[in-house]
Amino acid sequence: MRLILVTLLALILAAAVGLGATWTTATRGTDIGTLTIGAWTARPRTGTADVDPYSRASIARSGELPVGTGDGVAFSATRDDRKQPLDGRCDVLVSGITPAARFWTLTLYDARGRLVANSLQRYGFTSQEIIRGADGSFELRVASRSRAGNWLPTGGIERYTLVLRLYDTPVGVATRTQRDAPMPSIATVSCP
Amino acid sequence: MIRLVFTILAGLFLGGIVHLVSVLALPRIATQDAYSRLAPMTKLNAVTTLPQPDPNSAPLPFMDPAFAVAVCRYDLSGGPIKLAVPVSQAYTSVSFYTRNELAYYAINDRSAGRKVIELDLMTEAQHAALPEDEDVTAADRLIIDSPSLSGLIVIKALAPEPGLMAQAQGTLAASSCKVQTEPMPAKR
Repeated sequence: MRLILVTLLALILAAAVGLGATWTTATRGTDIGTLTIGAWTARPRTGTADVDPYSRASIARSGELPVGTGDGVAFSATRDDRKQPLDGRCDVLVSGITPAARFWTLTLYDARGRLVANSLQRYGFTSQEIIRGADGSFELRVASRSRAGNWLPTGGIERYTLVLRLYDTPVGVATRTQRDAPMPSIATVSCP
Repeated sequence: MIRLVFTILAGLFLGGIVHLVSVLALPRIATQDAYSRLAPMTKLNAVTTLPQPDPNSAPLPFMDPAFAVAVCRYDLSGGPIKLAVPVSQAYTSVSFYTRNELAYYAINDRSAGRKVIELDLMTEAQHAALPEDEDVTAADRLIIDSPSLSGLIVIKALAPEPGLMAQAQGTLAASSCKVQTEPMPAKR
């Protein structure tokens, strides 16, 4: 009787630990093969055939299609440069330059990867749409209320994800540092 | 007491195995992966243009709204696939995924280097069965080996400004994906 109880306990523990760890890694992702530059994170290997099993599991769970390496690379940010979560009620300034690429797009999603409704129907910017300064750098305001210049509306949602996708770019599996890929900074300017 | 510690250790060890097995199995058992989401809304071995994502509905999560996207869901059991995608003004790319969303190949208009991206997709066995004579090289088509029998070809055309979306969608409408109909030349 006692042996059965003990075995049962071990099996329950195994299921809880094993499936719990799988769930956590599939939803939150792991650090395997990640490229972090400032507030931005990319997993260039998800676009190749030698993607790691954890990334494959999280891709299968979320239902997205990774950007192929011959196509481009996707960087995402959920926190600003000071590691504070991006808050749609705050004013966030994305500024600087982007790595070499023929085109890039910057898009705002909610936590589940959906676009965020707003009256302008503006969900992001492309490299061609954005207004730049004389030196080629840009400033983009991510805020719930309308702002002058490049304004990306948040719809006032609490948490959001910014995704910067570079298309036809040398940035990829071999990229390591900010010097190879100068990513724009993300700063929370003010919160109500 | 010793028995309890042993039980917990055994549980943790088994848990590690359960974790590894479930991570490896997840791509095969997932029911809400990209292929399963696209299967009901796309035709087999033909190009289907996906609706533009909007806040209320999107075919897939994390789609880039600046792109017009079309999908050719393929099955190579009937023979190799011929794919032709005219290049749009801004940026066009073709990405290949296996049934389990492994991105095994992607090409863009610049690396394709011409006005129409033309590709032949086949399994390794079909590729090996191709006769090695000049006719095939003369055709000068890029041949891609698919690691799986079925999967997704995703064709994307960028609209750098919202006004150019119609043009990008036109590019996709003009692209074709079909099973090679002419009989394969016999191997000599």
